[in-house]
Amino acid sequence: MRGAAVRTVGAPILLGIVALALWQLAVVALDVKPFVVPSPLAIGTAFGSTPDTILRAALLTGANALVGLLVGTVVGILFAVLAALSRVIDEITAPIVAGLAVVPIVALAPVFYTMFGANAQTARQLIAALAVFIPVFVNTLRGLRQVRPVHRDLMRAYAASPWQATRTVTLPGALPYLFTGFRIASSLAVISALVAEYFGGPIDGIGRAITTAVASSNYALAWAYVLGSILLGLVFYCATLALEILATRHRRRA
Amino acid sequence: MTEVPTTGPVPIGVPAVEVRGVDKTFSSKNGTVTALEGIDLAVAPGEFVSLIGPSGCGKSTLLRLIADLEAPSTGSVTVFGKTARQARIDQEYGIAFQQAGLLPWRTVRANIELPLELHGASRAERTARATELLELVGLSDFGGSYPDQLSGGMQQRVAIARALAERPRLLLMDEPFGALDEMTRERMQTELVRICGETGAAVVFVTHSIPEAVFLSNRVVVMSPRPGRIREVLAVDLGRAADRRDDLREDEHFFANVSAVRELLHGDQGARPAVRGVENR
Ligand SMILES: Nc1ncnc2c1ncn2[C@@H]1O[C@H](COP(=O)(O)OP(=O)(O)O)[C@@H](O)[C@H]1O
Ligand SMILES: [Mg+2]
Repeated sequence: MRGAAVRTVGAPILLGIVALALWQLAVVALDVKPFVVPSPLAIGTAFGSTPDTILRAALLTGANALVGLLVGTVVGILFAVLAALSRVIDEITAPIVAGLAVVPIVALAPVFYTMFGANAQTARQLIAALAVFIPVFVNTLRGLRQVRPVHRDLMRAYAASPWQATRTVTLPGALPYLFTGFRIASSLAVISALVAEYFGGPIDGIGRAITTAVASSNYALAWAYVLGSILLGLVFYCATLALEILATRHRRRA
Repeated sequence: MTEVPTTGPVPIGVPAVEVRGVDKTFSSKNGTVTALEGIDLAVAPGEFVSLIGPSGCGKSTLLRLIADLEAPSTGSVTVFGKTARQARIDQEYGIAFQQAGLLPWRTVRANIELPLELHGASRAERTARATELLELVGLSDFGGSYPDQLSGGMQQRVAIARALAERPRLLLMDEPFGALDEMTRERMQTELVRICGETGAAVVFVTHSIPEAVFLSNRVVVMSPRPGRIREVLAVDLGRAADRRDDLREDEHFFANVSAVRELLHGDQGARPAVRGVENR
């Protein structure tokens, strides 16, 4: 057991170290210019020299992503429950969701900045929320429709009320689907909130920091911010993945 | 131990199940299917009756009519003198299907407590009853396990415990052992015989295994397909069902009854070795 765990964790770490070493070697040996790609040591140094500014930028983008994630998730669940309960709402939402799914949502950023003012974070949060809504809605609705016939029969045999059946069978059965949607949505939230910063709005956030650093030819710093955004995405992903694993324990059918 | 108040006393002579002149047709895009035609059947309180016949002869449909999971197209179904619908609302029966149908996010104990919980039994009552039932089906050590941690046979025992939770006077079972291996299946049959002896419930039991039907039943209802009809009802002369033990499977009376059911099943098909979908093992 221990040996296997050490190997599953150790192998990728070792691979990462080897890759970084090769990268460093290539940059130095081939004299690659920083605007092409800086060496990992240079990026590390830039990251280490201003960890607090990077953290602050990441927290701001992260906060926007989190607001969008929560709002989009709540609205997504709400509409999924309504669509599962009512055929009419289902028929109305289906084309809207299908339409929304093909819209590249960050393309709306400039429009939203003029709508909500370029000094507010609202546009970025809204874009994240819209991106989040789709996978949460689609997955939750699928989960709600997943009630097995044998469970439906059982609830009828028990003369359970519609609310009892929803509470004991439908909602718990939909939870793993919901959390899968939530995990997918969490990455989208970070990406959308960050990319939205490229199109305007307040001069803060990690996306803005990247463009600013590139504009002032500080490539190592730009990459340090990229590293920061990767870490931010990982935090969101790991947190929601942990929730998903927790929600899908004991789910083999019986 | 308090009872869950569901059932009153049965007047003498009222059958547990009475099916009279029932037809059942299903309509779909591809036309209508006559699943059952002219079904008449009565099951006495405490009696064990098996429905046997090839796949598609309407066994499950008949059971679902009794459970009020479907409504008959014509004819009537009564359970302890009530309409099937009223009997379902009054929780007169417990039911178990071929799939255990446990809720995977609940522990074994919580699964057994499910019907009690839905019908408002107190926590103390639920705990006491679940403990009793876990013991009855030999799973006392597994109350805290989740269904995915149990074997198929154990899951099916949980499903049976759940069906018995409210002490129903009628048990409806649709091939509950159909997915189990032969050895587990025989052990479950012996256990079911014991449980029925202890609870005194009437049972309607769907199966497509002839020995299973004979071992368990007071009467075997042999059905034929297209349209689903009752071909014959055979009384099994092997003594009280509750007194049957494993060694009965070696008994010549047992074999005689198995042969009798087999002949009825194959009926007009004469010397053909087996009806499709019916097991002869
Ligand atoms: N819900 C349904 N809709 C349409 N046809 C059905 C339905 N349920 C059963 N049938 C048909 O009724 C017949 C009897 O089915 P069933 O009772 O399941 O048979 P058995 O349990 O004996 O195998 C079959 O032809 C089946 O296709
Ligand atoms: Mg069937």
